[in-house]
Parts: sequence; structure tokens; C-alpha cells
Amino acid sequence: MGSLRRWIQTVATFLSNAYWLFPFNRNIYQGNLKSICVPGLNCYSCPAATGACPLGSLQHFMAGLRAGLKTGQHHFGVYVIGFLGLTGSLVGRMPCAWVCPFGFFQELMNKIPSRKFDIPKYVTYAKYLFLGLFIFILPFWVVDEFGYGITWFCKFVCPAGTLEAGIPMLLLKPELKGLVGLLFYNKLAILIIFLGWMVVSRRPFCRVVCPLGAIYSLFNKHSVFRMIHDADKCTRCKSCYQNCPMGVKIYEGANQLDCIRCLKCMQESCKFDAISYELAGVGKAVETARDH
Amino acid sequence: MNVNKTPFVLITLFLILLLLGINSGEVAVVLEKATKICLSCMGIG
Repeated sequence: MGSLRRWIQTVATFLSNAYWLFPFNRNIYQGNLKSICVPGLNCYSCPAATGACPLGSLQHFMAGLRAGLKTGQHHFGVYVIGFLGLTGSLVGRMPCAWVCPFGFFQELMNKIPSRKFDIPKYVTYAKYLFLGLFIFILPFWVVDEFGYGITWFCKFVCPAGTLEAGIPMLLLKPELKGLVGLLFYNKLAILIIFLGWMVVSRRPFCRVVCPLGAIYSLFNKHSVFRMIHDADKCTRCKSCYQNCPMGVKIYEGANQLDCIRCLKCMQESCKFDAISYELAGVGKAVETARDH
Repeated sequence: MNVNKTPFVLITLFLILLLLGINSGEVAVVLEKATKICLSCMGIG
């Protein structure tokens, strides 16, 4: 299962970034596929990106909402909200584990040998603050004289944008170097901090900052796909926790906000069959019938 | 078989939102933004 997930992560990363003509035309992909959001975090200004970043798109809708309302253009971003809600309703936070390029990158970085540190659980709630403030409130609330806001998360926080778009585009278009200033160095510093943190902690960006993961996590308890933990079979050996890329203790709750449904606990860790999954309650029924 | 209905209610709700967004032309808005180089995303604008 582990190798299958790696394979799917690799394919998803490639499909999200499949425009390999950029070294020749020194520009980003501008085809119709860019109208479709990708389910993971992948900057649409990455020269190879083939789809739209749902977070960037959502911020653009929020930033243009007040000006749009004045001019009669009622674009509330329901296309993106619908897409994210539909994905979340089906599989919860599963895209983080299987198709998010930045999540994949963090897992690879964490393989670098070093002393590892856990992240306190209370810190992981910060991602809901980032979601509320940087994706919805600030882009909508803080506007210029024409009523337009800015994409706060992209502009001031997102290390994926710096890694996938900022640095490659500066290499591709040296004329942009004249625009580099404090803003870029701020984002570069954030990227460097996260690069170091990824080595010593499991998926720090996903757990502490990612607003996309925060959105998907809200569906974990109510999605079609749900994890099941059998307390009677569980010995609390913590094998699941030690192998979890998100540091989740599934014995404290099967569908916690940070569970990304990678299935490592079920397939590779638990030796007591205490972890399984259900589809809209059906798996649970099968499991219960089998036990009796 | 005890099927959990909540996810299907959510799926229907968000599918309606998705279709409303497509119908109101939001796909073109996403395309327009995503095909332009976003200097903010890169940290230089």
C-alpha cells in the first residue's frame, strides 16, 4: 500500500505539473485545463502547473467580491466551494495524503535523517485561523479605493508559491528580479523555515498552516469514506501513531481533523486489525456482521 | 444495512453549488486568473 500511495503521489504531482514546454517559451501554461481546480495545493503560477490552485482561486473570488457586487457581477466562488465541498464530502482529507504535491514534498523532506520533534496539538488549530483570516476575511475586508482586495495567503504566507512559482519564475524571467523586495524575502524566509521544519517534524505545513487541509478536515467526520477504530482490538501500542505522517493517534478518535486517510496505520502499522474503513456506514455494517 | 445519509446530503448540496458556479460563469473567472502570472503568489508583486 505504501508503494501504491507513493506511485499515486508521484503521478498526481506530475499531472498537476505536466506542462514541460515552459523552459522553451518561458511562460506558464495558459490552456483551458487551468479552469479546473486541482484537489491539492499547487500554485497556478508554477510554470509547469496544468490546473488552478483552489486556494488561490477562492482568494481571488473573495478579493473581487465587493467590487463585483457594486458592478453587478455576483461571483461568490461557489464553483470552488462546491468543488472543495464535493471532494470533502466524498473522502474528507484524503487528497492531502494521495494527490497533494506539497504534502508529498513534505513527506520526502521528512525522510532526511535527523532528530524528529512532534508538533503540539494546540498549534495545529492555527490552520483554521489562516483559513478564516487569510482566505476569507482579509481578502474581502481590506480593499483599495476601487473595492478590490488582495490574495493575502498567496502574497504573505504560501511557501508552496515561493517554491513552485517564485523561484522558478525568477530563473525563467530574469527581468522580474528588479521587482524582488522585502515581500519576496519575507516569503523566502517562511519557505526556509518550513524546509527546515519539514525535516524535523511530520508535515508541519499541513498540520499548522494549510487552509486547504483545514477545509477538507471539516468533512472528516461526515464524508462517505470514514475510518473505523475498534477499541476492543486496540492495544494502544502506538505503532499507528509512530508511522502516521500527520502524527495522529487514531485510538483517540478515528476521524480526527488531522487524519489524511493515507491508510498507513491500517495497512502497515496495526497488527491487531483494530483499524478499518467504511463507505457511508456500509463497511461498519459488514465489519459488525463479520465480528458476530 | 444502516447507510449514513449525511454525506449524500452534503454531496447534493455542494454539487448544486458547483453547478451554480459553472452556470454563473465562474469557470471563466478561474481560467482568467490562473492563466496570468500571479506576482503575489511569487512574492514579488
